[in-house]
Parts: sequence; structure tokens; C-alpha cells
Amino acid sequence: MTTTTLTVPRSGRSRLTAHPRAIRDTRSAWLFIAPFGIFYLAFLLGPTIYMFIMSFFNTSTVRTGLGSFAGFANYAEMLTRADFWSSLWHTLQFTIYTTPPLVIIAFVFAVLTNRMRHAQWFYRLAFFLPFILPSATISLIWVFIFTPSTGLWALAQEALGMTPGSGVLSSPNTAMIGIAIATLWWTLGFNYVLYLAGLQEIPRELYEAAAVDGATPWQQIWSVTVPMLSRTTTLVLLLQIIASLKIFDQVYLMTGGGPGISTQVSLQLITGTAFTDNRVGAASAASVLLFIVIIVIAVIRQVADRAAARKEF
Amino acid sequence: MTTVTARRRTASPVSSAAPSRRPHRPVDSRTFNIVAAIVLVVFAIIWLIPSLFALKTSLTDNGVAATGASEILKNWNLTLYSYSTLLGQNDIWNWYTASAITSVITAALTVLFASMAAFALSRLRFRGSNLVLLLIILGIMIPTQVLIVPIFQLLNWMNLLNTYWSVIFPQVPAVIAVFIFKQFFDGIPRELEEAARIDGASQWRIYWSVIMPLSRPVIAAVTILTFVGVWNNLLLPLFVLSNPDLMTIPVGLATVQGSFGQRYADIQAGAILAALPLVILYLIFQRQIVEGVTGSGLKG
Repeated sequence: MTTTTLTVPRSGRSRLTAHPRAIRDTRSAWLFIAPFGIFYLAFLLGPTIYMFIMSFFNTSTVRTGLGSFAGFANYAEMLTRADFWSSLWHTLQFTIYTTPPLVIIAFVFAVLTNRMRHAQWFYRLAFFLPFILPSATISLIWVFIFTPSTGLWALAQEALGMTPGSGVLSSPNTAMIGIAIATLWWTLGFNYVLYLAGLQEIPRELYEAAAVDGATPWQQIWSVTVPMLSRTTTLVLLLQIIASLKIFDQVYLMTGGGPGISTQVSLQLITGTAFTDNRVGAASAASVLLFIVIIVIAVIRQVADRAAARKEF
Repeated sequence: MTTVTARRRTASPVSSAAPSRRPHRPVDSRTFNIVAAIVLVVFAIIWLIPSLFALKTSLTDNGVAATGASEILKNWNLTLYSYSTLLGQNDIWNWYTASAITSVITAALTVLFASMAAFALSRLRFRGSNLVLLLIILGIMIPTQVLIVPIFQLLNWMNLLNTYWSVIFPQVPAVIAVFIFKQFFDGIPRELEEAARIDGASQWRIYWSVIMPLSRPVIAAVTILTFVGVWNNLLLPLFVLSNPDLMTIPVGLATVQGSFGQRYADIQAGAILAALPLVILYLIFQRQIVEGVTGSGLKG
């Protein structure tokens, strides 16, 4: 995509003096990398490795050290616990509810915005602003909107001739849908600006050629815009899935996982096991399992991105 | 970074020329554009409603707000009571302080450290550079939220729980920032620093006096994105801060919202106060934020 700057060729000049330069550079290079490297090792790679180690021990928050060796017991426990699977299912459920509308609606809004000649700032403001708001703000706003029978949602339902039920968030059947609606409103702007950026890359000539051939606006969108944005769509889809799997904030703030555990998601199960039950080892095993799922999707993303990049050049 | 968004605002390529050229089309571009504009305006308004409703509620009397949405929409006796109540308490100022300190320090450290690492990767030839690049790509894939349990254990062991550092340190290694800086540095022509090199300038001098001054746009983008990210983070501060005086504003609000009971106007005022600095930041740095988000999305 906008990676033209990546391919700036290294100047051949420095290669002539490569040997003495390389030695001098090695020392200063590592000095430049050291500050970031220390934080990287201490707070990113280190914790990742430590998480794997702890998952094989009966580590707890109340005792120091790793605790006794547990082998695969933590994994066995997690994989046989009903609430582990239900939290994974709720995470998946959330992903299924949010991903299609977040991708499709963002695409539609971006395509329409791109055609507008006036007031583009207004659409950007309307669709993108929610994305930079804290999850706490989003959740407080939407919990209030979803207030049973007197909230704005109930008011809108009445206006549309529907009977407002007992409240979207208070029923196990609809609570996750309520969270998904709030999330759609909150994060649509991210995909929206990615699509807008993608649209800038499509050469005008393609539309002009299509118009000359007599293509209607619909046909232009189907046969020019959609295929030209396929790389953006792949990217948006995978980013969206990864973000959805890490969902925590909205659920914690809007329903606390309830009613019952009907909306409890994986990260909530993990933090609950670690900080409420004090069972860090078991929580680490659950973390590792979620970690693996996310990494698999991230690897698919990298591979897809590489493949697409290779096709382009 | 990206060429995104700002340019070619007016790109509606076909609409201006097409209709006269093909008059027989049942749906011509003009009709399509009018329908598109109407649809878009309707949805933009729908998208604004939740924020505006929260704003209206926050300016309404608590008693009126408790009776429901229809009263809130009908009653236009505006009051700043909720804001003066919240701003009159110490809590919110403690939370603002915590959010501001952690966001500013994290952004400063991330920008400095990530740009230094990116400089080495972009400009210096050294043994192990491939390993570093591999670790960077690996780091981009690691979902930091999933590391909350080991990070908590680590901070506990370091005796850093309930300090601002416990919020700052884990958020400094934002690998994506290195990536964004490296891409920008790779695009800076080497000729610009050759003169300095010939004069025998140190690598640090080249980084600090040549490269960084040329990198203002990307510095701005990474600073703002980090700031927003830290300000909005809930998961980490929620578990590493238990002292109410040290809480960041999202955590503080989440913790006390139960005690607000039926004071809905106060709750919505709190929600708006938590977001206000970011809204102001967005209005000032709209372009940098959108470009930064796009850049990190595309490259991340």
C-alpha cells in the first residue's frame, strides 16, 4: 500500500567501507537500541516467557515464587472447565456479532464519504470521534442509553412501534448484542479511516475508464472499488478479529460479565482466576491458550500481507 | 508516513463529468450522489446522537434525568450543576493528574526510545540487526492485554504496584512505534546527513540534530497516539492501581460509578470530563491523529 518509502535502496557507498564501519556501528547501534530493548525484554518478551513458565506451576498471588510444579494440570483443568469454554464462546460470539457490521458498514460509509465534495470533515468527525474516547466514557453513555423502559433505546423502540423489553443489557439473550452495538458505534471509525486511506490509493483513471464504458455508480463500486480495496479488507478483517478476541473493557464496564456469566469473556475469566481466585498458574494457562489463538491469526495476517505485497511489486 | 486522507478531498471523479455524457442511464451519478449524501448525513447524525445525548443529560438536573430519556429531551433548563459538583471534588483532579502524568511520561519515553532504536535499524550496520528486526516483528504480534497476569506478577515483584510507574513501564515498549519511525527514517535521503558525517559528527548528533528535526510529523503522530492509548487504557491501571488517589480517570470513574446511584447527570458529566481532553486534542490534531491511526493500522 503506502510502502513506497520502504524500498529506498541502501547507498552502495557505505558498503565499500563496510568492515571498519560495521565494527564501530555495532557498538553505537546497540547503545541506541538498549533503552527500548530493556523495556522490550522486561515488559514484553519477559512476561510472555514467564507466562508460559507459570502455566506449568501452581503459582499464586499470595505466596512468592512459582509454587509447586503442576505439569499440564492447569491446562487440563482449563480445557475441562465449562466456564472456560463458555467465556471463549462469548468472545467468539462477540467477534461474530461485531466483525461483519464493522467491516461492511465502515466500507460503505468510507465509499460514500469519498464521493462527497463538501463537509468531509463533518463525516470524519461523526464517525471517527467515538474511536478516540475512553472505554469508560463509551460504557457509561451506552449503559445509560440502554436503561430499561425509560432509556433512549427504549424511547426509540417505542417510536418505531416496538415494545421495549426488560432492557437490552439485563437479559442473557440480548446483553451481548447490546455490547456489540456500543462497540460498533465506538470502533467503526478505525476501519472507516483505513478504508478512506485505501480509497485515496485507487487511481482516478480506473473510475474514468469504467464511466466511459458506461458503468453505473453501483457497477463502479462492485468492479473497481471492492476489488481494489481487497487488501485493505483483508487487513481490516484480521485486525478486527484480533481486537475482538482481546475484548475486555466494554464487557467489564457494561455488564460485568452478567447477567450470570452470560457475557463473560476470556480476559475476564483470566483476570478473575488470577486476581479474585489468586490462582495465577491456572490463569496463565488460560492466557497461553488465548495467546496462541491470537498469534495464529496474527501470523495469518503477516503471511497474507507479505503475499499481497509480493503480488504488488 | 502515509500519504493518507488529506489530499484529493474532492475526489468524486465521475460525478462532475459523467451525467451529461450518458443521459440514458436510469440511475445516473447525480441521483446516486444525492441519495448517497442523504444516507450519509442521516447516519452521521445517528452516530452523533449518543454523544449529544450524554452532553444534554450532563447539563440536566439530576432529578429530571432520573425520570428518563423523554424528560431529558423535553426539559431545556440547562444547568452546570453536575460539572461544578464533580470538579469541586478532589477525586477528579487526582484522576486527571494520574492520567496526565502517566500519558505524558509514557509518550515521551516511547518516542525517545522507539526513535533511537529505529535510528539504529535504519542507519547503522551492525551485527545482530536481523535478530532485532525479527524480535520487532515478533513483538508486534504479541497481544499485550493477554500478558496482564505476568506483568502484574512482575510489577509486584519489583514493588511497583500502586505507583504511576506500574502504568507507565509496561506501555513503553510499543513495538509499532519503532516500526513507524523506521519507515519514516528510511524515507529520509541520506545526503542530508552526509555533510554532518564528513564533519565527523557522532551518531548521536546525527540522530538528534539531523534526523529528529526532520521527523516532526511522525514524532507528533506517535506522541499523540501513545498519549491517547495510555489515557484510554483500562485493563492495566485497573489491576495495578488500587489506591483511589492514584487511579487514572477511566479507572476512577469505573470504580465509583456504583456510588453515583441515580445521579445520571453526574455520571454523564463524569463520562464527558474523562473524554474532554481527548476531544480537545482531536480537534487540534485531527490530521495527525487520523494519519497516525491509519499508519499504525496499515503497518501494524
